[in-house]
Amino acid sequence: MNGFEWAQMYPMIPEAFLALSAMVLLVSGTFPAVVRSGLIPVLGILAAFTSCIFILGMDWGLAGGGGETTFFVLDSFAAIVKLMLLVGVMASLAISTGYLRLENLREPEYTALILLAAAGMMIMVSASNLLILYMGIELQALSLYILAAFYRDSPRSAEAGIKYFVLGALSSGLLLYGCSLIYGVSGTLDFAGIGTYTDQNPGDLLLLTGLVFLIAGLAFKISVVPFHMWTPDVYDGAPTPVTAYFSIVPKLAAIALLARVLFDPFAAVEDQWRPILWFLSASSMILASFAALRQDNLKRLLAYSSIGNMGYALLGITAGSVTGLGTALFYVLIYMVMTAGTFGCVLALRRDEREITDIPDLAGLSRTNPYMAWALALLMFSLAGIPPLAGFFGKLLVFQAAIAEGMIVLAVIGVLTSVVAAYYYLRVIKVMFFDAPKDPLDPSPEFARRAVVLVSVLFVLFFLIKPAPVLEMTDMASDTFFYEAANDG
Amino acid sequence: MIIELTHYLVLAAILFTIGVFGIFLNRRNLIIILMSIELMLLAVNVNFIAFSQMAFADLAGQVFSMFVLTVAAAESAIGLAILVVFFRTRGSIAVEDISTLKG
Repeated sequence: MNGFEWAQMYPMIPEAFLALSAMVLLVSGTFPAVVRSGLIPVLGILAAFTSCIFILGMDWGLAGGGGETTFFVLDSFAAIVKLMLLVGVMASLAISTGYLRLENLREPEYTALILLAAAGMMIMVSASNLLILYMGIELQALSLYILAAFYRDSPRSAEAGIKYFVLGALSSGLLLYGCSLIYGVSGTLDFAGIGTYTDQNPGDLLLLTGLVFLIAGLAFKISVVPFHMWTPDVYDGAPTPVTAYFSIVPKLAAIALLARVLFDPFAAVEDQWRPILWFLSASSMILASFAALRQDNLKRLLAYSSIGNMGYALLGITAGSVTGLGTALFYVLIYMVMTAGTFGCVLALRRDEREITDIPDLAGLSRTNPYMAWALALLMFSLAGIPPLAGFFGKLLVFQAAIAEGMIVLAVIGVLTSVVAAYYYLRVIKVMFFDAPKDPLDPSPEFARRAVVLVSVLFVLFFLIKPAPVLEMTDMASDTFFYEAANDG
Repeated sequence: MIIELTHYLVLAAILFTIGVFGIFLNRRNLIIILMSIELMLLAVNVNFIAFSQMAFADLAGQVFSMFVLTVAAAESAIGLAILVVFFRTRGSIAVEDISTLKG
């Protein structure tokens, strides 16, 4: 052992805390009284919050490892993305408590798995080594497979679990094969070492093949076309709180990991990876906007919406500039807020003690449940990118970054597809406001869910007044990679 | 014949391809899909060990392969568990029966 010290584990404290709390929650779940009291999701939220506090209190310039290799970094990029992830985890736990109670899904494993998946995602974001990258991805993926199949008595949930598992395992395999090729040519698993090798041999064909496999594996996790096939089925079949979690949190981790891989070790081969991302981004924007047009199920619609929105986020990364990455993060952040609010509403759509997910069943919601209808309408307007709501600024900044780097065609595709996409968002609003009303929904008075929806709606509405703090935060995150490059000359 | 690095790489590539095709071409049984996934991961292990032993005198690749083995075990455990859940609700593990969700 070459000088292991506990201080090297220091940057991992937030993840370690989260994983430990998951285990404590699992053990406490053996007491039926604890499970019945409904305390476990609350404790889960508390654990995520504590982990946030740890990150805020730590020095954002840490690297942990052994000897000469770095395994794990906590730079400002990682720290900010982790804070966003944890807020997403708290929001998705908060909106799902009522649903879990009504559907009798109160197993403590639910919260524990959500926390373990979050720990996996945080490890992904901080990974500075192919081995840690793989372990983070697997911790996240294995927890999510179980969550997709969590509703054990439902054939649809089991099927979603199978589909997610098979395609997710395939994507892990591709990613791993890419890792092995990259290791094979560069002789190191360390991002810094790979970066040095890439600088010296930017034309190495085996290295580029490895990179393509790696991007393909990550594209599965982000679910961009052509690696999106699992998304609509899994979103549809999984229990709705799990769908909410899937669409709010893991995408951000995968996007952040992709950004770190591309901008850190593979910055020298930018000309090679930009066309790949160009294709992924353009095809997701186009396919998602057209495929969503004929969806009658709200969960499937939101699945296609997430594919399209990840296309817009990749557009920012494709720009390859510091503003591009900043706007991509900003876009995902706004998308997370909007989805959290949307799912906060969707989870309360119940009639006669059954959940409704078909869009025609929302008919006349504005007269039976006006608050919910207005909240959903505002969020849909924002997702469609109507000014002056937050969603509009997300799209605007991403397009600006793309045009600044000369990617006019991609920006034009983006604008056109967002016009097409506006149709299906507006259709939901039309059904809610102009169709003949049906019976009112069941009352769903959970405070936490309402609070999340309220915060999300207020954010979307009033983002215009004070956009600077959010923008500064995402810029600070994206500066991490470019600061070092500027110092090198 | 001397066995060189290339031979190992070709072997791994062939195994990996068989694994990928096993997932897509198989129409009968979900267990075969699990076996294909395992094959893919083991092909990657061959790659890692060959690189670490033949190309560099570096242990990192072999350590990685130990981790892959561990993860592969966890993955098949979870895969089989989901399979059991699927079988209980549907009474079948044929690939054709995974078809409720469409659109």
